[in-house]
Order: sequence, then structure tokens, then C-alpha cells
Amino acid sequence: MPQHVIHSRRILAEKVHEFWVEAPLIARKRKAGQFVIVRMNDRGERIPLTIASGDAERGLIRLIVQEAGKSTIEMGRLQVGDFFLDIAGPLGRPTHIETWGNLIAVAGGVGAAPLLPIVEAARAAGNRVHAIIGARSENLMILAEEYARHCHEVRLCSDDGSVGIKGLVTDCLRQWVSEGVQFNQSLIIGPVIMMRETAKVAKELGIPGQVSLNPIMIDGTGMCGACRVSVNGKTKFACVDGPEFDAWGVNFDELILRNRAYLRQEKIALDTMMDHECKIGLATGVAQ
Amino acid sequence: MTDAVENQEKQEKRVSKKHLPRTPMREQEAMERVQNYEEVPFGYSEAEAIAEAERCIICKNPKCVTACPVNIDIPSFIREVRDGNFEAAARILKDTNSLPAVCGRVCPQEDQCEKVCIEGIKHDPVAVGNLERFVADWEREHDKISIPEIPPPTGYKIAIVGSGPAGLTVAGDMAKQGHDVTVFEALHRPAGVLIYGIPEFRLPKLIVNAEVDYIRKLGAKFVMNTVVGVSITLDELFAEGYHAVFIGTGAGLPKFMNIPGENLVGVYSANEYLTRANLMGAMRFPEYDTPMRPSQHTVVVGGGNTAMDSARTALRLQKCRVSLVYRRSLQELPARVEEVHHAEAEGIEMHLLNNPVAILGNEQQEVTGIRCLRMELGEPDASGRRRPVEIKGSEFELECDTVIMAIGNDPNPVFTRATPGLKVSKWGTIIADEETGATSRPGVYAGGDIVSGAATVINAMGAGRKAANAMDTYVRSLAI
Ligand SMILES: Cc1cc2nc3c(=O)[nH]c(=O)nc-3n(C[C@H](O)[C@H](O)[C@H](O)COP(=O)(O)OP(=O)(O)OC[C@H]3O[C@@H](n4cnc5c(N)ncnc54)[C@H](O)[C@@H]3O)c2cc1C
Ligand SMILES: Cc1cc2nc3c(=O)[nH]c(=O)nc-3n(C[C@H](O)[C@H](O)[C@H](O)COP(=O)(O)OP(=O)(O)OC[C@H]3O[C@@H](n4cnc5c(N)ncnc54)[C@H](O)[C@@H]3O)c2cc1C
Ligand code: SF4
Ligand code: FES
Repeated sequence: MPQHVIHSRRILAEKVHEFWVEAPLIARKRKAGQFVIVRMNDRGERIPLTIASGDAERGLIRLIVQEAGKSTIEMGRLQVGDFFLDIAGPLGRPTHIETWGNLIAVAGGVGAAPLLPIVEAARAAGNRVHAIIGARSENLMILAEEYARHCHEVRLCSDDGSVGIKGLVTDCLRQWVSEGVQFNQSLIIGPVIMMRETAKVAKELGIPGQVSLNPIMIDGTGMCGACRVSVNGKTKFACVDGPEFDAWGVNFDELILRNRAYLRQEKIALDTMMDHECKIGLATGVAQ
Repeated sequence: MTDAVENQEKQEKRVSKKHLPRTPMREQEAMERVQNYEEVPFGYSEAEAIAEAERCIICKNPKCVTACPVNIDIPSFIREVRDGNFEAAARILKDTNSLPAVCGRVCPQEDQCEKVCIEGIKHDPVAVGNLERFVADWEREHDKISIPEIPPPTGYKIAIVGSGPAGLTVAGDMAKQGHDVTVFEALHRPAGVLIYGIPEFRLPKLIVNAEVDYIRKLGAKFVMNTVVGVSITLDELFAEGYHAVFIGTGAGLPKFMNIPGENLVGVYSANEYLTRANLMGAMRFPEYDTPMRPSQHTVVVGGGNTAMDSARTALRLQKCRVSLVYRRSLQELPARVEEVHHAEAEGIEMHLLNNPVAILGNEQQEVTGIRCLRMELGEPDASGRRRPVEIKGSEFELECDTVIMAIGNDPNPVFTRATPGLKVSKWGTIIADEETGATSRPGVYAGGDIVSGAATVINAMGAGRKAANAMDTYVRSLAI
């Protein structure tokens, strides 16, 4: 039984955790755009997480996790030396990378994590990579320095203006194009609403591209169909046909509503955990 | 002729004249069992098993053996049961069937051994399945499961892709030969449909786990969470020194009908529904993390075992009204008769000769109902079953909040798609020799649902057994 021990961990931003985890086979095989499914313990869910990068030599993969509910809050408490019970992967199709020329990568929030390996791969394929990284505010912005290392130019923006330009990634994109830069291809990853709006603007500006979708998944191997998404009017299984799809063709509104399917149960799960911890006197909240 | 043999023959003649009715199996009351997940039939007691075994006429030319996909020596094992030698009976079963506790529960005996049983021509057929189950359970409960002596290691490495009944059979057979066996499984637990699909109340997981443990004890290693083709390719397996590979990846791709509304919130494939409930433990949410949406009325579309399993799981999990919608009539239901009876007794409403045409939803895209057309039976089709035809203008709507699509599964495409050079039919099944499982690539064998399309546990096992024989010969012909 391979043990997926956590070698190091760090807090990148409020409620965003970075882990380097032992998974030698995956570290060797992973390609940009692929993900893993992890289970923390025997009662746990199967949780899809993008492989943010890997270190084949040391047999480690890097996962960046944002607290979204019960499982990810629990994950945020894992410490160095703790382990994941199961890690399956690499799953999904690797990003289709060509030499497009001028590329614009747009990240929203924690989407900067899954986008990073794709940016690296696109750059290695000879593209000129530009990036826009947006976050609600400075304390939620992640990986900006790493982008700076891999991109020809990076622009930051935030809703409150605490970092970079005050405004949304879509404003930033329009601005950049209005300066006369022509982008041949876009890569957009972030919250679904952000991807919907950015894809809309990219289409308006005539920039084709890819988005990476995060539907609810169970097995991640094409066996259950929980991850169905509609792309250009056709049903696709995101875990095996994606997770990346044609930005212009995705039915984002359907995805938004499908991702809300378990809101009530997710709240019950979280409340049960918090309740239980209050009773046994554990501190609640995020790990230090 | 020795006295013993003479006595036996006499006794067999005497027994054959009795023609007693079949020994029924006691089971949980319908209204009680829907409140729990426990197995429905209790199994025979020793006395019941002996009584049932006495009904067998121990035919000289038994029809049952040829009708059994793995040719279990049925009269011999039944004779041992009759004589109270349960351990000996278990040995005979295990000679040809590596998973008797599973098969005794889920095989469609009514279409196989019991269908052609000679006693059954004029009277009730012998309850071969019930006896098989009894013997396997007796062996396990009495700690009589013995690990055969394994020959010294041969040095041949065998990889098995997929841990369903086909893969498990190959693993067991190859390990018994002294080969070095590794099973690669995509999910976090082994046994394929036996663990994620067929529910606890029909096949307790304790039994499945015991079968897997046995194969582990024979020396096979299990590597979970590994999707072959993606995590590691076929060529990489050979490069790592495996001498032969068996593909048993099953038929795990859920079909949908392509009708409007299938992506609404509250529409599940049977695979998703059963996986949530069984593998992920949604029936124990929130103790387990994976949830299910609550339901007032669940509609299951389909008529096979998968549909019955989904409907009966919904009943237990949701404690709600459950209906089954199927486009043919009762006679054509492909599920096992026993399962249809169980489902009806538990209160599942059968809407037969109805075909769904759309799933309806509200502005939150949640299911609110299903629109169906009534059907009538027309001329027989290619399969010999009368083809259902739509009755014009018969549309009606059934209010519901959950729809489970249980209309079948296609071959799992993940491995084949990632493996160039392996011949695949237009249906996506791997093309393999019927007798040996050999595929278009040397050293690569395949069997089970990935070759036959969705079929049965015993079929998958039978294919696994044949492939294991061929693989054994193949690897021994290689020089290491
Ligand atoms: C291919 C893919 C890659 C992803 N990569 C990352 C990543 O690198 N970093 C990261 O922080 N998050 C990533 N996610 C999202 C992450 O899987 C979810 O945030 C997580 O499963 C939420 O679980 P929870 O119990 O903490 O929250 P819950 O309270 O259960 O859910 C919160 C919200 O998360 C979504 N969600 C719930 N369960 C699942 C599930 N099983 N699969 C997917 N989404 C779910 C739902 O929209 C839900 O409303 C990815 C998702 C996918 C599909
Ligand atoms: C709900 C349900 C009820 C059923 N009831 C009955 C019944 O009562 N009686 C009966 O006889 N039959 C029944 N069947 C059919 C029976 O279960 C199957 O025919 C049988 O399990 C097929 O066995 P298999 O070994 O070919 O494949 P499976 O049991 O499907 O196992 C295949 C395994 O391979 C794994 N896998 C797939 N791709 C890969 C990959 N690339 N890498 C690694 N692993 C992979 C899968 O995760 C799975 O574990 C039922 C089926 C279902 C779905
Ligand atoms: S055909 Fe029936 S009666 Fe004859 S041996 Fe088989 S089970 Fe017994
Ligand atoms: S997550 Fe089950 S098919 Fe994609």
C-alpha cells in the first residue's frame, strides 16, 4: 500500500493550503492539466484536485486546496507527516498544447494553481505567455511570483484594488487588448462564474480558448456520469473527456446549478463536524 | 460391484422417487427489510440443505453441468451435501468456481443449471444456487477455507487490469500456479461491480471481502487507485517486466437515453446512484462524507438487475415512494425473477409499457417530473421479444424529484482508448478469442464484460478461467 505522506505544507493565502505529497508514480507521469482524486480516510469523499506541479525526482506532487466545505476544511488541518489514504491519478486528458503564438492565461482566485502547470507547458512549447491573475483582494492572491517567472508579462487585479488594477479580470483583458496586443489563444481557470464571464469577453474579442471545468465528481474514471457537462450542445464526462473544454461552447449556467445540487447536505456535513468538535472541545476553524 | 457403491445406487433410486417440493429459503419480511440494508434471504440451515440435496437424482448425464458456464460438477457436490460432507462439497465447488459465495447469490440459475435440471422437467428443479450458497457460507463460517499449497515461484510476472469477477478469477488461478500476480484497479476498493454496484442486501460486502482476501492469501498483490492506460500504459507494464497481461475492465460506461432534461439536478445514472450508496457509504451520511439528495418520489428507468438494485436501494435510503418505468411488459423484464418478486413485495410501483420521452425541471434545474408515452406490444423483434410500439397521444406526466437511468452500460472505454494496437469492435468491446481470451496483441488477454458487453458474474469468471489457462501455457513457453 503506497503511503501518501505530506512532506511539506504552507498557507498561501486565507484558506488556501499548499501540500507537497508523496506519490512517485503520479509525479513521474503527470502532465499539465491533469488531476488526482484523493481520499483522506475511510469515510471520506473522493475529492478531485488538480496537480499544481510535480517533482519526479523526489516523487512528490503539489496540491493547492481552497477550503470550500467539510472535506477541504479537514484537509487544511493536515500536517507534515500526516497522509492521504488514497490518491488516484493522474486523471483526465492533459492540456492540448500547440504553438499558438501570443497566449493569454486568465486565473481567478485559486484557479491560479491549476493554470500554472499549463502556463509552464505552453511556455516550453514556444508560446509567448501573458497572464492576468485576479483575486478578491491581496490576501487571497496566490502564486503571483511564480507566474512572473514563467510569463512574459503578468498583470494583477483585485476587486478592492488592494493589489494590481482595481477591477475584474474581464476589465483587465479588455484593457490589454485595447492596447493593441493580439492574443491567439486563451486559457481560463477560476470559479465558474468568472470562467463564464471571461469566456464571453474572449469570444467578443475573437480569442478562442480552453476552460477547465470542476463539476462534482465521484469516481473520476468515466464510470458514473456525475461529472456531465454540456459542451456545444453535447453531453461530455468531464473526468475523462476533459476537464478542459472549448471556452466558447460550455454551458456554464448548467454547471453552476449542477454544482449546487448538494448545498443542503454539504451544510449538514459541515455543521455535524463543527458540532461534534465543539462537544469534544476541539478548536474549530482553520489550522494555524 | 462393492457394497458401498451398490448401497449408494439403491439410495439414489429411492431418493429419486420422492419428488418433494423445493425447500424454500427463509427471508426477511418485506416490510421489515426495507428498514435495513441487511441481506434479504437467510440461507439454508444444515437440515434444509440436506433436505434439498436429497431431491437431486444425481443424474448420470446431468444437464445442469453443461448449462453451467463454468461446468461445476453439480451432482458430485450435491451428493456430498446430502451426505453431510460440507467441506468436501466446498472443495468440489472451488475446483471450478473461485467465487461460490458470490455466485450462489447472484447467478441467474433459473436461466442456467436450474433451467435444464432433469428433476425440474416434471417437478421443481433442484435449488442448485441455494445449495451453492450454503456450502460456500458453511465453509467460511466454519473457518474451513484452506489455502492450497502453492508451487514454488515460476518467475513469471502477470498483470491484471481490473478487479471485477473476471480479473479476480485470473488472479486466483495464476497465483495458484506460482506466478507473480499483480492486480491493478482504478477504484480504491477491489471487486468491480461486486463492490460498487450490487447492494449489500443482495450481496453482503463481508462476503466479497472474504473472497478478495482469499485471493490475496494465494499470493496475488493488489494495487489500487491505478487507471491502466492513464496512470500506467500497457507498454509500460511490459517494460516493467510483466510477461502477460489480462484485461478485465468491465462494462462500466453508463448509458443515457439522450432525451431532454437528462442533465437536470436529480438525474443519476444507476452507476452513480449505486456507487454513492455502496462504495461511498451515502446510506450512512453524514457519518460518511458522500451525500445523496433526499427524495419524495424516485423514478427508475429500466428493467434489468441494475434497475431493481437501484429501486430497492432508493427505497431503503430515501424511505420514499419508488416507481419503475420500463418500456416492455412484465414477461420481458430482463432482471432475475427473484429480484422482480422482491421489488414488488417491497412496494415498488411498476409502470410497465411506458417509455420516458423527457425529464421535466423547474427554474433551479431540479427534476419535477418525467413525461412518458404508453406503449403496446407489436411484432417480435430480432431478440424474439415483442417490440413495444408507442400509442399515439398517450403522453402523461409522473411527478417526481429523482430519476435514475438504469438502461445499461457500455464497455469501459478508458483503457482501450489509451491503448493503440488493440483490436476493438464497433461496440467498443475488445476482440478476443472465445476459447483463450487472446487479443490482437501477443501476451495480452481479455475477458468478462469488456469482451462480451454487459453480461453476468459467472460469464466473466468463465472467461477469466479460460484466459488463465491460456496465459499459463503462454508464459511457460517464454524463456526468462
Ligand atoms: C477536475 C477538478 C479539479 C479541481 N482542482 C481543485 C484544486 O486544485 N484546488 C481546489 O481547492 N479545488 C479543486 N477542485 C474543487 C474541489 O474538488 C472541491 O472544492 C471539493 O471537492 C469540495 O469539497 P468539500 O467537502 O470541501 O466541500 P463541499 O461542502 O462538499 O462542497 C463545496 C462546493 O464544492 C463543489 N464540490 C463538492 N463536492 C465535489 C466533488 N466531489 N467534486 C468536485 N466538486 C465538488 C460543489 O460545487 C460544492 O457546492 C477541483 C475540482 C475538479 C472537478
Ligand atoms: C447493479 C448491477 C447488478 C448486477 N447484478 C447481477 C446479478 O445479479 N447477477 C449477475 O450474474 N450479474 C449481475 N450484474 C452484472 C455483473 O456484475 C457483471 O457482468 C460482472 O461484474 C462483470 O465482471 P468484469 O470482471 O468483467 O467487470 P467489472 O465487475 O465491471 O469490473 C471491472 C473493474 O475494472 C476496473 N477498471 C476499469 N477500467 C480500468 C482501468 N483502465 N484500469 C484499472 N482498472 C479498471 C473497474 O473499476 C472495475 O473495478 C450486475 C451488474 C450491475 C451493474
Ligand atoms: S440435472 Fe438436476 S437432478 Fe440432475 S444432477 Fe443436475 S441438479 Fe441434480
Ligand atoms: S466522475 Fe464519474 S464519470 Fe466522471
